[in-house]
Amino acid sequence: MKVVLDHLTKKFVSRGKDKRDIIAVNDFNFEIPDGKLIGLLGPSGCGKSTALNLISGLEVPTHGRIWFGDTDVTDLQPENRGVGLVFQNYALYPHLTVLQNILFPLQNLKGKDKLSKEVMKEKALEAARLVQIDQLLDRKPGELSGGQQQRVAIARALVKTPSVLLLDEPLSNLDARLRLQTREEIKRIQQETGVTTIFVTHDQEEAMSISDLIIVMKLGVIHQIGKPQEVYDDPTNLFVAEFLGTPPINVFAGRVSQETLYIGEEAVLPVPGISDQEVWAGIRPEGFLLDDQGPFTCQLLRVEVMGRDISVVSTHSNSKTDKAIRSIISTDNTVDKSSKTVRFSLKPHKVLIFNKETEERLYFGQTAAKTEG
Amino acid sequence: MKSNNMKAWLYLIPAILFLGIFMVYPLVDVFIYSFEEGYNFASQSFTGTGLFNYSYVLHDPYFLQALKNTLILVVITVPVSTGLALLISLGLSSIKPLKHVFQTVYFLPYVTNTLAVGLVFMILFKKTAYTDGLINMLIQWFGGSSVDFIDGPYWAKMFVLCFYTIWIVMPFKILILTSALASVKQDYYNAAKIDGTSALRTFGRITLPMISPMIFYLIITGFIGAFKAYQDAVALFGTDLNSAGMNTIVGYVYDMLYGDSGGYPSYASAAAIILFVIVLTITTINLMIRRKNVQY
Amino acid sequence: MNQNSEFSTAQKKTKTRKTVLRVVTFVMLAVWGIVVLFPFYWMILTSIKSYGSYNAEHIPAFIATNPTLQNYLDAFTSVPLARYFLNTTIFTLITTAAMLLVIIFAAYAFARLQFKGKNLVFTIFLSLMMIPNELVIITNFVTISNLGLRNTFTGLILPSITSVFYIYLLKENFELIPDELYKAAKVDGTSDLKYLFKVMVPICRPTIVTVVILKIIECWNSYVWPRLITDDQNYYLVSNGIQEIRENGFGRENIPAMMAAVVVISVPLIVLYLIFHKQIMEGVSRGGTKG
Repeated sequence: MKVVLDHLTKKFVSRGKDKRDIIAVNDFNFEIPDGKLIGLLGPSGCGKSTALNLISGLEVPTHGRIWFGDTDVTDLQPENRGVGLVFQNYALYPHLTVLQNILFPLQNLKGKDKLSKEVMKEKALEAARLVQIDQLLDRKPGELSGGQQQRVAIARALVKTPSVLLLDEPLSNLDARLRLQTREEIKRIQQETGVTTIFVTHDQEEAMSISDLIIVMKLGVIHQIGKPQEVYDDPTNLFVAEFLGTPPINVFAGRVSQETLYIGEEAVLPVPGISDQEVWAGIRPEGFLLDDQGPFTCQLLRVEVMGRDISVVSTHSNSKTDKAIRSIISTDNTVDKSSKTVRFSLKPHKVLIFNKETEERLYFGQTAAKTEG
Repeated sequence: MKSNNMKAWLYLIPAILFLGIFMVYPLVDVFIYSFEEGYNFASQSFTGTGLFNYSYVLHDPYFLQALKNTLILVVITVPVSTGLALLISLGLSSIKPLKHVFQTVYFLPYVTNTLAVGLVFMILFKKTAYTDGLINMLIQWFGGSSVDFIDGPYWAKMFVLCFYTIWIVMPFKILILTSALASVKQDYYNAAKIDGTSALRTFGRITLPMISPMIFYLIITGFIGAFKAYQDAVALFGTDLNSAGMNTIVGYVYDMLYGDSGGYPSYASAAAIILFVIVLTITTINLMIRRKNVQY
Repeated sequence: MNQNSEFSTAQKKTKTRKTVLRVVTFVMLAVWGIVVLFPFYWMILTSIKSYGSYNAEHIPAFIATNPTLQNYLDAFTSVPLARYFLNTTIFTLITTAAMLLVIIFAAYAFARLQFKGKNLVFTIFLSLMMIPNELVIITNFVTISNLGLRNTFTGLILPSITSVFYIYLLKENFELIPDELYKAAKVDGTSDLKYLFKVMVPICRPTIVTVVILKIIECWNSYVWPRLITDDQNYYLVSNGIQEIRENGFGRENIPAMMAAVVVISVPLIVLYLIFHKQIMEGVSRGGTKG
């Protein structure tokens, strides 16, 4: 079922002395197509959990409507919306067995929806099988590993065949290895059931790897919506560019003069179509090419060989933060480690230019991102 | 290593000394006393050993009265106070404004002097030649007839005693249950809400099982506390509890030791050991039930 | 559309139910608040009614028309209330201070020092927690009597100096302090005793404050042991004093004066509570029970 958020806003009235209300979700407008896996991505405290709670009905919006398909669900209680929610720490009932946990939502059904014991059991088993925990049904949550608990939580959320599945930081409580495995698992379960799924995360890698669409937000405002690769390649502003990608994008203070990008005194790239102004120039790590004659000079710090490729770590006085500049070079190149400087030429499509004040993207001979916001 | 050994014992000496003299030795001694027959406090001599002290105590009408009073007190106050505390704690945890004020007020009885406030209860419930007292005034307003709760019929006296005991033990129970309820994570309630769980089912299937260890803890400490009731009775009915017919087991022990009956440590020891055995048995039964019912 | 209105009526229903539940909750909480506070109100009210006007009230009055402080004067002049007060203060201060020293040393030994038999001794200590006071008080009474310590402060104080529970509480707290701090202090040449009082005690101050407050409450309200061990009014504590006042002081009918004494006795702890209610409640929920 598609989910539509229509000017959705949530304000928290401050009880503190400064009386400043917090706008956790500010005017959300978007449509999530049916059957997709959506990653809601942002730094902690950006309001993404609030957005999830609004969709689930645990919180009531200040303004705006929420539609599931053609039904306006804004005023419905959570139980009437047909959502499944997986909590960050799973919220499995510790005194109930795995089976009892999965059965729990079904046992709440009343009146005409009430199911017979056999049907309930059958549905619970089906959900358990889907997440592959059917051998663990008699255990208590305390006896399970984190990954297994996660699966139980998903099974419990899916057992009522919800129209929308919501996951709050589903991988944050797992160790690194399980995380990789579990995110594949989530993707598989989502594809098998075809349920529209929204998950919240602060980990951009997690979001990029499995989402059909990602929504990047900060301080309650949506910054960009799109397919993961599109958002990575074509961020609409500096925040999105900096938030996506590991290692992160390298940002320099620069200026555009006569359709040429200057960083420091060096003219590093022609940028047709951009008027003269101060800018932020972002260069993806993979946007650097080692070139003895290249226009861009950095102070060489060290070279890290990482097997598949080489990471050249250098510094530049115009770097936005004092962080070292990382450039990823293929192992075909060799770097003269004795040299104090290193010179690069740049791949034009890996260089992103932003207005210094607004931090909005400035385009030069590149296609503007398809923003669906 | 050796000097460290010495040093450690030096640090421990005061504690060991005090505990040895005032806890371990008396513990052994009380058993010895309880078997020494015809012990005379003045000459510190006794005539024989045996079970006579126990037999005496168990046949003493004052002890039987005390036992009966204590049992009634336990059976009434433990369930009533625990249930009431649960209700109040649930109420407390469901509100936001004034919560802190209520909590602070509810805990007040804990820090008051049992005997001092007992006097207030006494004048509230007592009927004198001058006035029927406030409680009787209320009873008359509602069309009942007045009764002297302090020097009157047994059930009235028992009622005041139970009421005062509950008033005294509530702060502790409310405190424990409120923090137990607060420790149940909001996520569980959110999960239940998403699943459309009714309030009653949420309480029965989620809240109650999750706080059940604390409820059992309160029941056990409640039993132990109520079996040791004494000060509340003294506060309401004065030190001569036997003649008021409101003595408790602990009161009986102290009366035997000192006070009007005057110095029978052997009988006191026997009574104290009987009390200890009763408490131990009840606690064990409680723990066995708990093991069966609290599942995590 | 039909479906929508159905939903909205259901919504309204739950809303009314919620409001009703809320009102019921507040009423219940308020009623219990009154039950708790009323005795205090009545105690203060009665204490400022004059003897004559109190006894003239056949129907108790909820306000005092002619408030007087005469009863408070009586409480201090016609019975030795000041004496009881002073005794209790001395008893409370000495007992608490002595206990603090004893338990700090013991907790330190258990938490920081390694010695043979530590586990055995600690297990014995813990098992002593289960011994009810009623069982050992008999022999203690005989011991103190034989030592000729009845009607002395020493006799009053000695048996209350140790508390296994507080040793346990403090030991747990001491153990939370990282070992590195101890090693660092050793490297700097700090003596154990200095380390204990300059580092561990200040770090564990919150727990120590809690223990002190709980002990003060316990001492201030103690009744049973003082009643056994004192029959000389000069050594009565407030609880015994109150009982004495009730049975012999003021003449039995002077209830306002009695209430004045009750107010005076209750005030110190209530003030303490109002200042430290957070620590007290936290300390009690960590394992204190009344009595």
